[in-house]
Order: sequence, then structure tokens, then C-alpha cells
Amino acid sequence: MRVLHLKVNGDDLEVAAPDHWTLLEVLRYRLGLTGSKQGCDKGDCGACTVLLEGKPVLACMTLAGNAQGRAITTIEGLMPAHIARGGSGPDPIQAAFDRCGALQCGFCQPGMILSARALLDRNQAPTRAQIREALSGNLCRCTGYTQIFEAVELAVAESLGVAPAPRAWEAPLAESRAARGES
Amino acid sequence: MLRMPKFELERPASLAEALELLADASVESLIVAGGTDLLPNLKHELFTPARVVSLERLGELRGMRELEGGWLAIGSMTRLDEVAGDARLAARAPALAQACSLVAGPQLRTMGTLGGNVLLDTRCQWYNQTYFWRAALGFCLKKDGSVCHVVEGGAKCVAAASNDSAPALMTLGAELVFVRAGGRRVVPIADLWLADGAMNKKLESGEILTEIRLPPRGAGHRGAYGKLRERGSIDFPLLGVAARLELDAQGAITEADLVLGALAARPVRVRRVAEELAGLRASSNDLDAALGRVAQLAYKQCHPLPNVPGDHEWRREMVPVYVRRTLDAALARQGPVRDA
Repeated sequence: MRVLHLKVNGDDLEVAAPDHWTLLEVLRYRLGLTGSKQGCDKGDCGACTVLLEGKPVLACMTLAGNAQGRAITTIEGLMPAHIARGGSGPDPIQAAFDRCGALQCGFCQPGMILSARALLDRNQAPTRAQIREALSGNLCRCTGYTQIFEAVELAVAESLGVAPAPRAWEAPLAESRAARGES
Repeated sequence: MLRMPKFELERPASLAEALELLADASVESLIVAGGTDLLPNLKHELFTPARVVSLERLGELRGMRELEGGWLAIGSMTRLDEVAGDARLAARAPALAQACSLVAGPQLRTMGTLGGNVLLDTRCQWYNQTYFWRAALGFCLKKDGSVCHVVEGGAKCVAAASNDSAPALMTLGAELVFVRAGGRRVVPIADLWLADGAMNKKLESGEILTEIRLPPRGAGHRGAYGKLRERGSIDFPLLGVAARLELDAQGAITEADLVLGALAARPVRVRRVAEELAGLRASSNDLDAALGRVAQLAYKQCHPLPNVPGDHEWRREMVPVYVRRTLDAALARQGPVRDA
């Protein structure tokens, strides 16, 4: 057991943990921050993604001792950070995931949102290809990814003040309505 | 949930301190760089060291510097995404930058290091499993057992060298600098390997890989990397192809090299490639047929085993396809070659 000095979501914390614990174990089982999910626990799924100094890393593959002295951001920290920057409500990416229905079970969502946050922090106007690449380390077993990409694009469009691209379901819906003679 | 076995973590602040810790042979120590391969292996109880020495704080091992004679040194703790995104490397070692850009996914490239990828443990679907899983099969040759599940009656481990950077560094003629307490050695990467999946590298105890050095290359240097895998991200290679070509001022090929990964316990150099391609111009009508012959050479020389995911006969059929596409990409100054 060792005392770790961690900076989590802007708070300086002292927490005792064994040397062989990962950052994910400390976040979930010492600090109660269960937003970072324990999925495969071996680096495949991306559900445990957190930001270290603004870059996405896997908390299940990070030794807790090595996270000392670096700013850690978990999903719980996004809304407070947004408000501290003068915004209101949740982070715009969180709001866009909500409005686009970019989830079913929700297990992959914290990791997806943090990977997307890191992307938008370094690139304010990413293309669909860049969004796909940035989220390629996060697996979703429910949605087929379309709504997730659309949610990130909606957050981008809103931050740039432009109209979002049409959603994937809009054209087929309009066609079937037209075929039925509905407006 | 997968938990690591207990160990003491040491986080030395300098290379000298790290070497001192490793020189103490009374404690079984394991070096961890980015941890992206070592941590799952610890969780699978493939290693159970008493002490883990993290190189995380050794800033002196991170970044690149120019050496005399036009050589470039890349610190072993340089992150894979830093190698992949470096403009200088994109021009003078495109195969390496491309290979690093295709390792795993974005998070793991942020964490994983070039040195760690070079020294990656070999992989096999009978080995990279939990203790429970391995115990149920009576273990295997590589770890805790005496039977090979890949080759019936096999006496030598055939786990695959699955590092994307190694084939690229082989084509580039890279040298590796290892430092230990009171000593240092420089090894051409081609001389590092052993054809044994149980331990495919000649390493000495207590040493740290500090630098990967690339020799100078001229304006006619061309390179590319191709990677076959099940998904477009995250996966280890089912096949890796690194190609290097050198062109003279008239556009004729003077040197050619081709090294394949994930097909054997060590990266495999395809023989007689330079003989097929030397003297041909990129615009020559004969080039197409010569590239086709090189692809067939690779096919004949490679015999993938059912040791990593994916049908091994399909992987063999993909060898000439990926060799051809990677050579084409190198000549066109494009790449990386990938399907998804």
C-alpha cells in the first residue's frame, strides 16, 4: 500500500492503493468514480478511456502510480469543466449524444465521449473520417456507430455555429412519407 | 475482472537510478515502458515479477535527435503516436511512421512506446489467455507447459513476432542501443532476433533499450507498410509487410528490401527481392511483371501457422496481395496499406 497523489477532475487527492493496482481500479474502487467502465480490462474495448493531460488513454492499462503528477479527466469531470469555462449544463458532446440517441446500453459512452472530447480539443472541425479514426479505439456493441458519429458532428456544427449535416434516417423517412402521400 | 499479481512498483527518476535497480539480481524485476502489452500479460499471469521498474519518468529517453553522419536517434520511450505523426520521419522513414500509425488504436498509441513495440513479447492464441484458460488446456510450450497446441508434437515454440515497428526498422537498417550498469552495446536490429517463439530476442539481464537509430537515406528513399488484421483498429497484425526501395536520380531501383511480420517467431526478410527489382525504372514496362514475381517469392517463402487469429491458409494467400500493394504504395509515395 502506498499513498498516491492524484489530480482528478481538478481536485488534488491523496489515496492509498497497492502498487499493482491500475488507475481504473483506483478510480472505481477507491474514489467511487464508476463512470469509467471496466469492460475487457485488457486494452481492447476503450470503455475505461480517461484523459491524461488531455490525451485519451486506457485507465485499465495505466499503473495508478504512473498517473501521479498528471491531470486526469474522467467523464464525471466534463460537465464541471464546461461550467468552469463559462458554459451551462453538460459538455456539448454529452448533450449531443443525448439528443442524437447515441447510445443503447450506455456502457461505451463515457469512453466515446472522452475520445471525442480529446479530438475536438485539438481539431475544432474534424471530418467524418477523422472522427471515425479518433473513436476507432472505442467499441460499441449496440448502435452500429452511426448515431455516435452524428452526435460528434452535431457538437462540431453547434460549436462552429453552422447547420448540422442531415441525420442518416432523415432522407429514408422523407421518402417513405412521400410514398405514403404524407407531408 | 482481471487483476495483476502483486508486485512492488519502482519509478526511477533517472536512467542511472533505473540501471542500478536492474543491476540488483536478487530481485526478479521486469521493465515496463508504455505498459500496453505488459499489463495484459501481467493480468494473464504470464509474468509474475517481484518488482516492476517503470521508465515513465525518464524524459531523457523520449524524443528525437540528429546524430553525426546524418543518423537520427529516436528515444525508446517516444510514444507511438509521436513517431506516427512526426513530419521528419514521414519523409525519411515512411515505413516506420506508417507502421506506428497502425499499431492498435488511438489510446494505445498515446501510451505505447517505440522501444516497447520493438521488444514486444511474441504472441499466440494459446498463450495470450488468462491463467484459468491456459490451465484448463494443461498450459503450452511457451509458458508453464510442455505441449505445443499449434504444431502437433512440436518441440519449439512458434509464437509470432507481432510488432509492427520491427519489420519497418529491419528494412531501414536500424541499430538499437542497449545500456546496462557499467556497459553499453549497439546491435543492428537484424541481429537481435532468435527463431524461437519462447524468447525471440537476444537480451542481456539488467539492460535497457535507450535508443533506436536510423541511418541516413537519400532523396530516392521510398518506403511503405501494409497491415492485415481482422478489424480496422485495435488488432495485432495477422500479417505485416514493410517495403524499402532506393531510387537513383534517373528513377531506377538500386536497392530493394522486404520484411514481413506476424508470420514466424521473428520478422522474416524475403530473399532475392533486390535481384528481381534492381535496375528497373519506376516507369518501366517490365516493372509490373517483376513486382508480381516478388509477390510470388514472398508467397513461396512464407508459411503462416494457426498461432494467431484468422485462417492461416487465408493469411498465406494474402501475403502476395499485401506485398504487391505495399510495394506499389512505396513507389507511389503512398501508404499505409490497410483494408478497413
